[in-house]
Amino acid sequence: MSDNHATPPPAPTDDDYKIIAFCCNFCAYAAADLAGARRMQYPANVRVVHLPCTGKLEMDAVLAAFERGIDGVLVAGCLEGGCHYLEGNLRAKRRLEAIRNLLDEIGLGRDRLLMVNLSAAMAPTFVERVQEMVATVKRLGPNPLRVTANARGVAVPAARRPEACTAKGATST
Amino acid sequence: MIVGSRKPIPELKRVLARHKKVLFAGCGTCVTVCLAGGEREVGITAYALRMARKLDGNPLEIEQVTIERQCENEFIQDVAAAVERNEAILSFACGAGVQALAERFPQKPVYAALNTQFLGILEEQAVWTEKCLGCGDCVLSDFGGVCPVTRCAKRMLNGPCGGSTEERCEVADPERPCAWQLIYKRLEAIGQLDNLERVYPAKDWRPSWHAGARKIVREEHRV
Ligand code: SF4
Ligand code: SF4
Repeated sequence: MSDNHATPPPAPTDDDYKIIAFCCNFCAYAAADLAGARRMQYPANVRVVHLPCTGKLEMDAVLAAFERGIDGVLVAGCLEGGCHYLEGNLRAKRRLEAIRNLLDEIGLGRDRLLMVNLSAAMAPTFVERVQEMVATVKRLGPNPLRVTANARGVAVPAARRPEACTAKGATST
Repeated sequence: MIVGSRKPIPELKRVLARHKKVLFAGCGTCVTVCLAGGEREVGITAYALRMARKLDGNPLEIEQVTIERQCENEFIQDVAAAVERNEAILSFACGAGVQALAERFPQKPVYAALNTQFLGILEEQAVWTEKCLGCGDCVLSDFGGVCPVTRCAKRMLNGPCGGSTEERCEVADPERPCAWQLIYKRLEAIGQLDNLERVYPAKDWRPSWHAGARKIVREEHRV
């Protein structure tokens, strides 16, 4: 029992990374759907959240995802100029830029949040963007706020795990 | 309306460093309208600070509350129990609200989450401009309703200075209109250009804040 501390926790596997893709109903969600219908393969790390429009995305929903340990967030809306509600995606773009700045201030780093624009027909682009986001979070390492269980089933924040010590920005002030 | 903006997260983190449990207090009036210190901004800032502190391995517990008006005791009363439960308060009100809380709760540390900036108006969605310094001796009536004290960078009462270009002020912000251009146009439009014929005397700054914080007492309304 006493030597539990000496056991290094397992390194995160590819499946450990979790990404949320907030997808607008009219383009991105349809593109994700099409990717599924065409049986295109994309990483299983992504969870799709269906939005009426990216303009509906509240800033604190994105922050809540990061606080709960999500490694990366992708916000996917229509092509610029193609928003069903005219400018929902343009508003989302400005808000996301503000959150990216905030993520820098927090110390998590702006690269964990990305906005992409797609049309309903762009299933391959959707798949590519998801793959890129997975590659980005792997490069950045796990969200240091993520809590995992150690060998004894005790929650350990990723920030305290040895492999996370190099996670970028965790100590910036 | 009083306009302000939130301080950067690293600064707030430093200010709260010694505390573990803090009440984040928003104000439902001016700072809600200027999108700096209302319920929504309190929530977003709480997320940010909780995460920043967790990353430091020094978690911060935050309770959030937004009251109607932080600059009045009557409303402050509503948060007394919440204040009691927490080590300190981070106030999202203007400077007046922050000080009202500090006076009301002498034993509690109270910190300012915002930089309170000016008295101004909403020009368009999410754009505010400064209009008044609260100089205590208003000259608007003589200048067609455009304040030279606030809006002329040199505070000139006998302008313009001669440095404006294409109706824009020569100081700092290249987008800012020359106040004296505005004054001239406005007086012309209302047929009062003759206001400019007299030399305006030097401004009496005594009614302003130069002698320290001011106080108003209205005997007839006291109880
Ligand atoms: S003259 Fe003084 S009181 Fe009047 S608008 Fe200007 S700063 Fe405010
Ligand atoms: S350019 Fe106009 S507003 Fe600017 S300092 Fe000169 S008179 Fe004042």
